[in-house]
Amino acid sequence: MDKIKTLDVKTEELVLNMGPQHPSTHGVLRLVVELEGELIVNVKPYIGYLHRCFEKHAEAMTYPQVVPYTDRMDYLASMSNNLGYAIAVEKLMGIEVPERVEYIRVIMAELQRIASHLVALGTYGVDIGAFTPFLYCFIAREKILTLFEMTCGARLLYNYIWVGGLSHDIHPDFVRLTKEFIEYFKPKIVELNELLSYNKIFIERTANVGILPLETAVNYGVTGPVLRASGLKWDLRKNDPYSIYHKFDFEIPVGDGRMGTVGDSWDRYFVRVREMEESLKIIEQAIDQIPDGDVKAAIPRRIKPPKGTVYSRTENPKGELGYFIISDGTVNPFRVKVRAPSFVNLSVIGEMSKGHLVADLIAILGSLDIVLGEIDR
Amino acid sequence: MKTSEEIFNILKEKFGEKITGFETDLPVEPIITVDPLAIKDVCLFLRDDDDLLFDTLMNLSGVDDANGEKTKDEEGYDVISGGTLSVYYHLDSIQKGHKVTLKVSVNRENPEVESVESVWRAADWHEREAFDMFGIVFLNHPDLRRILMPEDWDGYPLRKDYKNPEYYQGMKVPY
Amino acid sequence: MYEYLNNIVGNEVITYFVVAALPLFLVVLPFALIAVLAERKVSAHMQDRLGPMRVGYHGILQTVADILKLIQKEDIIIPQADKKLFNLAPFLVFIGSYAVFAALPFSSKFIGTNAEVGIFYILAVSGFVVAGILMGGWASDNKYSLLGAMRSAAQIVSYEIPTAIVVLTLVMITGTLNLGTMSEQQTAYFWNWNILGGAGEGIQQILLIPFMVVAFTILFISTLAEVNRTPFDIPEAESELVAGFHTEYSGMKFAMFFLAEYANMFAVSAIIVSLLFGGYQSPFGYLGNTLGIPALIPFEQLFWFLSKGVFFVFVQMWLRWTLPRLRVDQLMTVCWKYLIPYAVFNLLIVGIITLI
Repeated sequence: MDKIKTLDVKTEELVLNMGPQHPSTHGVLRLVVELEGELIVNVKPYIGYLHRCFEKHAEAMTYPQVVPYTDRMDYLASMSNNLGYAIAVEKLMGIEVPERVEYIRVIMAELQRIASHLVALGTYGVDIGAFTPFLYCFIAREKILTLFEMTCGARLLYNYIWVGGLSHDIHPDFVRLTKEFIEYFKPKIVELNELLSYNKIFIERTANVGILPLETAVNYGVTGPVLRASGLKWDLRKNDPYSIYHKFDFEIPVGDGRMGTVGDSWDRYFVRVREMEESLKIIEQAIDQIPDGDVKAAIPRRIKPPKGTVYSRTENPKGELGYFIISDGTVNPFRVKVRAPSFVNLSVIGEMSKGHLVADLIAILGSLDIVLGEIDR
Repeated sequence: MKTSEEIFNILKEKFGEKITGFETDLPVEPIITVDPLAIKDVCLFLRDDDDLLFDTLMNLSGVDDANGEKTKDEEGYDVISGGTLSVYYHLDSIQKGHKVTLKVSVNRENPEVESVESVWRAADWHEREAFDMFGIVFLNHPDLRRILMPEDWDGYPLRKDYKNPEYYQGMKVPY
Repeated sequence: MYEYLNNIVGNEVITYFVVAALPLFLVVLPFALIAVLAERKVSAHMQDRLGPMRVGYHGILQTVADILKLIQKEDIIIPQADKKLFNLAPFLVFIGSYAVFAALPFSSKFIGTNAEVGIFYILAVSGFVVAGILMGGWASDNKYSLLGAMRSAAQIVSYEIPTAIVVLTLVMITGTLNLGTMSEQQTAYFWNWNILGGAGEGIQQILLIPFMVVAFTILFISTLAEVNRTPFDIPEAESELVAGFHTEYSGMKFAMFFLAEYANMFAVSAIIVSLLFGGYQSPFGYLGNTLGIPALIPFEQLFWFLSKGVFFVFVQMWLRWTLPRLRVDQLMTVCWKYLIPYAVFNLLIVGIITLI
């Protein structure tokens, strides 16, 4: 009894160590969460558990040898990573790639965008507690992966888009099967909306949760669907066009706060749904126009860029993927720095989740759609 | 919309000595070089000036220029003494639609750069990464810790003369 | 049931044991085995996949294999755990959900104990589950378990209120706490079931129907929350709390929690069935009456009771694989701001109607 008296009665914050092994940190992310009851006081992300020294590796490789390493960064969007790297090196060397290559690259990148968003949406459903949409999304994604497998033999890490060209030409059936996929996939988006997007409980859980004001988003350098959900029409495919995106007609979906406030988790979720529709539009326009040609014609025999620096950026499914390459005139890059979209997008989590509940933290993290392979590189 | 040259002229007029040069001989990108201790003021000006409005930091990367004196140690590893480390800033203006690249160089022995974290919060993690990989110290950064490597790691892995440690906490590193 | 067995065996103690164990071996264990498999198959077919296919024909022996695996598993008790409470918790949870079966009217001849305060007894003993969950969560010395247990306790305690109010409504119009009697009242055809106002007469019956539907909705939602099923599976919310209060349990102790969950699912379905859907009564009259074999009737009743219960278990599964999960504060909002006022209002109106 005396002992109890001598102890001051005080409350302290509960420190919850979420991860690196946790079902919904989407990889090996560790979040140290300070809680007061279930209210979040502070969130500190600790990253680096998946660090594989991409940038150090790249310095020891020749330019074409770096391509497979880019696959492994955002492993849900390998095609897009390849594309970004190829465009950066081509810019450095001043290579013009054939029209056919450009068309195939765009189709692949857009298919990849759909596949990546499907994972994002499906796993977001699981984070909120709905398991079934996850499998529906994966069934559709499998079909895209089958298309990729048909093209380059791999289902996840493709090493397909090379500097100056492609590793293989497309399969003769590719065009037909892609059209079949488009027909198959359109009703699936409607189904997903009915099952998850407009579900009352889902809206309750995500609308008005983790609002990211536009000013904060820009200040933190956030890009991709997360930035667009905050209400800014900013898409590098339109604002800083690369490849042949200027030839296609598509919309940039932005968050409109239909279910709550602009920039909430539901907006981030729904921007992705609508982006899949826009990607389908691009593929539909591109698939019939693929010109003839040799996809390997422009691949230089010896890739040895002149001395110089280049910063090239592309619109990845997750956001702006930038490659900063310094060449010292040899066959190895002197320095490759990757500006990974997830890396930047994750840095805003502390700001967004203050004052929310633990359950909301999961909803916010899921809506950012991070891939740890890309954050840690 | 302004070209890098126009931006350089504006900056030169405003900051004079602090803007140390303009590299245009490289293909693709012209680069404005800035004094490392003035970079924060320059960035603040770039962000807030009505003609420039650079509202985002696209990328911030540390680079080991490896331009010092190279010697070999007894095991045959490169050791670089002298020379510089650099930090590249890629800025973008969403409102104006122009881009610019800034560069600061600091000497290798005492790499200290003013932090731009207070200008763009985006710089927070990028600067931590540059600190982690190159040991570039960002002055006035609120939370300068290692980010990708473990907190008690020795050395700065992306420096060109980095040598793998034999052991980390009793575990053999090169396996 | 009891007398019948006592006549055969001739010893009271043995009879008690047999009567007590029968539901366990006849209903709970086989049900859990089948329900786990059914859950996996139901979810699989809802998700365009096949589910377990390897063990036996279409995987029908899968749960048996799972149980065998669980029995062989090491019983891990982490050193920081409070061992006594940690070991006691799964048993308490299981006792809580199994004790409910004692008062369930499986058929007119087979009720564990035909207690006069049956439904009251059920509401009381299911409180054990809360104690068990809290104990398990606290003793595990794990922050996720603790959060899960706290959430669970708050949730179950809150949702017992609307459940109790709806039960009170039903007790008011039937005039009995005895589940056996309540089932007996809803005899013969389905329009005599309480959900269709079976307890009233004439115009009263028609007036009761909408309020009975409201009562059913409230009862179903709140019992769903009491057994921690989606959309109310917040205590074990996988994506947030790993596995909630049973994160640290392994082997058979984990299996006890698992078994208790499925037993609970059936128990609450059985309560809904007894209160509102005619209990063990057949919706169309009995085959035994038509054929003139009265001995057949109890078995038919057993069949109807189980089928109705299993149907509601299926609905629970269906909801689980369709809906996302609510957040903890929304869960409380649903209970305190909607269910309880509606239940009280419903009670009032039904009270007025019974006076007419």
